[in-house]
Amino acid sequence: MTPSLFYAFAGAALCGIGLFGFIVISHLLRKLLAFNLMGSGVFLVLVGLAQHRSGPDPVPQALVLTGIVVAIAATALAVVLIRRYFHLSGKTALEDPARDTLPHQGPRKVREAPRE
Amino acid sequence: MTLWLMAGLLFTPLAWAVLTLLAGFRWGRAITWLGIAIQVLVSLALWAVVVRDGGFQYPLGGWQAPLGIELRVDGLAVTFVLLTALVAAASGLHAGFYLDPDKQWHRYFWPLFWFLWAGLNVVWLGNDLFNLYVGLELISLSAVGLVALGGQSEALRAALRYLMAALLGSLAYLLGVALFYGEFGSLSLSGIAFALRQDSARDGAGFALVLMLFGLALKTALFPMHRWLPPAHGIARSPVSALLSALVVKGSFYIAARLWLELGAPLGSLALAQLLGLLGGMAVFWGGWQALRQPKLKQVVAYSSVAQIGYLFLLFPLTWNTTEAAALQAQQAMTLQVTSHALAKAAMFLSAGNLIMSVGSNRVNALAGVSHFLPFSLFSFGLAGVSLMGLPPTGGFAAKWLFLQASLATGQWWWLVVLLGGGLLSAAYVFRVYRASFVEDSNIDHFFHPARRLEIIPMILALLSLGLGLMAEPVLSVMALTFANGEGT
Repeated sequence: MTPSLFYAFAGAALCGIGLFGFIVISHLLRKLLAFNLMGSGVFLVLVGLAQHRSGPDPVPQALVLTGIVVAIAATALAVVLIRRYFHLSGKTALEDPARDTLPHQGPRKVREAPRE
Repeated sequence: MTLWLMAGLLFTPLAWAVLTLLAGFRWGRAITWLGIAIQVLVSLALWAVVVRDGGFQYPLGGWQAPLGIELRVDGLAVTFVLLTALVAAASGLHAGFYLDPDKQWHRYFWPLFWFLWAGLNVVWLGNDLFNLYVGLELISLSAVGLVALGGQSEALRAALRYLMAALLGSLAYLLGVALFYGEFGSLSLSGIAFALRQDSARDGAGFALVLMLFGLALKTALFPMHRWLPPAHGIARSPVSALLSALVVKGSFYIAARLWLELGAPLGSLALAQLLGLLGGMAVFWGGWQALRQPKLKQVVAYSSVAQIGYLFLLFPLTWNTTEAAALQAQQAMTLQVTSHALAKAAMFLSAGNLIMSVGSNRVNALAGVSHFLPFSLFSFGLAGVSLMGLPPTGGFAAKWLFLQASLATGQWWWLVVLLGGGLLSAAYVFRVYRASFVEDSNIDHFFHPARRLEIIPMILALLSLGLGLMAEPVLSVMALTFANGEGT
């Protein structure tokens, strides 16, 4: 096994762990972290698998750089939305079965946002 | 000439996004309307160039693949570029009148709108799997931002749900890209198709295709992965819903269709093709049934999108291992369905927005008496509904007719059940809205009257989707002309 192939396998394993977390965890921030873990796994596969076949290759590294920028943008947007959602509703998860089953319990306001 | 056209298509939206970010709502609106005029002209010109000369490949900025961005300009791509220009122009104009300039956060509509348009153009024209991913992400992130524009906790919940689905879909797609690149050392869609024709014994590539199709189906809201769509499309402001439903979900579907048409033959299987078709068929029934039961008007329209997207997935079984004539018919049907659904659904969401504005409630039952008061908007809603039902002479009818012929030609008669049942269900939920609006209820007689220009825009879109059935021939000839050109280059 070449080191590159090892990276690819490690990436696949990270992807699996991340996917598991993404599906199982309901807390939004941790879900987001799981998504980032998965993303890192994909990037490792992208670099490792390509270099395993054809030696050092700059293209996937350039792609991963772009991919990291995209992932940061997505993470930033998600963090902003999660923060605002938490301020407005006081919830940290999208589905909160224990709370949703109770009737007549509206969203709880934690604090009024400064800008609206 | 083409240099300026490509620059116009990809650079203008990005530049305008930055410009409008700096301006307030009213200035942003003025700048946007100027930009819309430019974009519509450029899209028309590119369409004319392709009609005259046929499709071509275009390396952006003179950089060759794999580091440069390779664009493929063919008939299908320009058809969708033009469609985007039409629908986005209508939604942008409508939004300028519809959104309240005094709500400060509404000014973010304009930059998000332009980022969305840029992403869509990248997706229609891209030939490079990785840049398609970047385009997809650009679309998703701006679409999520647009959904969150309402600012309430419900809107944020819908936006977050949408974001999570979109992120998972993009990562599945990107993993597929990584596997393809590891396998073939190429990112170009036509390059991979070429490599596969040389040597078809590839094990991992089939898995990569399945991964990518899964990710794209999730982003297109194929049944049973559609749960994120109705809340997101239902809660967004009406011009946003029109954009989302008409264009955004088509972006990911378009990539899936391109992948399938190029790589489906060597990498796909009968089971995969039939499975995708089956899920599409179930989407038609489930979406139609749910649309019939929704208490809120915009949820009815949103579930109707779930159903209408289902038809598109009939493309997969009808083009796998079938005769060339049948496959071409299925492709034409798909193009017409995308086009007519985009026009009709945009018209429907915009007129639903007018109706909701008029009665001040988003419930279907609250529409009682609106037929007296807002017949024009109700009529646009109905015309769009006629296209969704698939009655002649609309574009929806032409699309279903072609799907029907392709199913019969390939001996897959079971898709007829989907086509007929889906039409009946659409008729049922459109008539339900009509029944509610003709109820005479003397309790309510205070309606707010939206401006006439708000009513004209959906009417134009609805008439276009109606007329598409009559002018289907030129649309299809452009598409077919360059499909042949795109082969093997």
